[in-house]
Amino acid sequence: MAWFHKSKEAAPKSEAPKKEDIWTQCPACKAHIYKEEWDRNLKVCDRCHFHERLTWEERANLLMDEGTFVEICPKVSWNDPLKFSDSKGPYAEKAIENCAKTGMKESVAVGSGKIKGIKTSMAIMDFRFMGGSLASGTGEKILLGALYAIKHKQPYIIISASGGARMHEGIVSLMQMPKTCAALAQLREANLPYISIMTDPTTGGVSASFAMVGDIHIAEPRSLIGFAGRRVIEETIKQKLPDDFQTAEYLVEHGFVDMIVHRKDMREMLFKILKYAGCR
Amino acid sequence: MSLDFEKEVADVEAKIAEFKTQNPEPTGVLVKELNRLETERSDMLKKIYASLTPWQTVQVARHPERPLIRDFIQGICSEFIELHGDRLFGDDHGMIGGFAMIDDHRVMIIGQQKGKDLEEKIKCNFGQACPEGYRKALRLMKLAEKFNLPVITFIDTPGAFPGRDAEERGQAEAIARNLLEMSALKTPIIALVTGEGGSGGAIGIGVGDIVLMLSNAVYSVISPEGCASILWRDGTKADEAANALKITSKSILQLKIIDEIIPEPVGGAHRDYAGTMKATKKVLLKHITTLKKITPRKLSSRRFEKFAAMGRFK
Repeated sequence: MAWFHKSKEAAPKSEAPKKEDIWTQCPACKAHIYKEEWDRNLKVCDRCHFHERLTWEERANLLMDEGTFVEICPKVSWNDPLKFSDSKGPYAEKAIENCAKTGMKESVAVGSGKIKGIKTSMAIMDFRFMGGSLASGTGEKILLGALYAIKHKQPYIIISASGGARMHEGIVSLMQMPKTCAALAQLREANLPYISIMTDPTTGGVSASFAMVGDIHIAEPRSLIGFAGRRVIEETIKQKLPDDFQTAEYLVEHGFVDMIVHRKDMREMLFKILKYAGCR
Repeated sequence: MSLDFEKEVADVEAKIAEFKTQNPEPTGVLVKELNRLETERSDMLKKIYASLTPWQTVQVARHPERPLIRDFIQGICSEFIELHGDRLFGDDHGMIGGFAMIDDHRVMIIGQQKGKDLEEKIKCNFGQACPEGYRKALRLMKLAEKFNLPVITFIDTPGAFPGRDAEERGQAEAIARNLLEMSALKTPIIALVTGEGGSGGAIGIGVGDIVLMLSNAVYSVISPEGCASILWRDGTKADEAANALKITSKSILQLKIIDEIIPEPVGGAHRDYAGTMKATKKVLLKHITTLKKITPRKLSSRRFEKFAAMGRFK
């Protein structure tokens, strides 16, 4: 009888659905795509294969066995060690806004779950929270994830999506680079696998720390990955850079990424690699 | 060269210079006058340098006459055997290193060299190291570990080089690798920021058991100009950004990121090399002696705990 009900309710509805509810636009090639198709394709453009940024929940759902991902340090939050303020106002206000907007307390969600039955620790950065920037809370959570992996003898996977270190926490943000790498050195000491997945973007202090010291480096197609910003480099060397500069494909070509994996194949590939790494 | 906030000092210094040319061998009342001028100069400097703003401190840290790593090596070490190359690509002149003797301690010294004259500056890429520089640094650190030598790094860089080649050869990977390896290195590491501690380029050789700063050095996640152009949308607001970023040695000591400040002579390190070297050597020797007594395994686990605690707020 559902169809009967439906037609009855639909009758008084005269307004046509809004354009943005039906259509979306690929941020890269600007192609117009049915929203339904966009979502079904895991926010990947069919035309140019651009991978749109995902939230940490979307990532966890995509990679982990259903309902297995549990956060291990959800209470660790942003800090304001400098009492920083810029022309737009205090950092604290901005951070609180970002918390409200995302439901997160920092730019990364860290937890443990299963990939096709293999218990795995995972840190998932979320670009929505202040551009996924690396600050004290982020570094602490990534460190706690590594320590959890060591304690429970699990592999560790970090999914990066970050513009780099967060200026608002100044030198304390910078110190999260050695801090996270020191944690990964402990993981290495414990002989546990570490897979780094670089998504769009993985730049600055994140690329120059935990993202680039994986046993295996995987990137999503066409992700921006690099140390310095394109504009800064162009200004420094007074040259125009090629269009594919600092793309995932470019990094494979230069030997810094093992493979490019499409979002729909990521879970399967992680499972295969974890098997090679001897995880059960 | 005098900085814009030192104008009145420069005037007195000009007077002193003129006085000296006119009276090459002063006697009696002239000596008194010269002493008066010298005292005036040093009082002014004391006053100015006691209350430098963060942005003024940046000017001092970047002063073209500030001592560089080669000056420190010459002033502190009785021997230096330079080692070259990363064994992978080339030799980066912006990152130098080698065996050195400080009193009777054999050590490994590594650090950025900015260059003094234009020719040297170009050769050193203004102290902006490339991946081969960071990889050379790591190679020397591993060597120090093998030979049981304490590592002393001298940090003075605007940042790691933001160039096309540097990106292609893995600037990010080179720095990241150093952070991981330094955190686990089984030999003492002392890191000293002597001038500009520029972001990833600085921390790439900055993971120490003891981290020190000269009093007028700065250490920052981004240059004040860069921060101003992003967060203020105006590169000329560098002084405001410098305030907000808390980049002076005093602020950074308060944030517990460094262990100790080495006080510079009155008027900054560039005015008194000998005084700067003496103060630096004394502090380095104290820490070398202490760190040498700790077992290598204990050292690296302490180093892990030290950096793990940074940015942990309860």
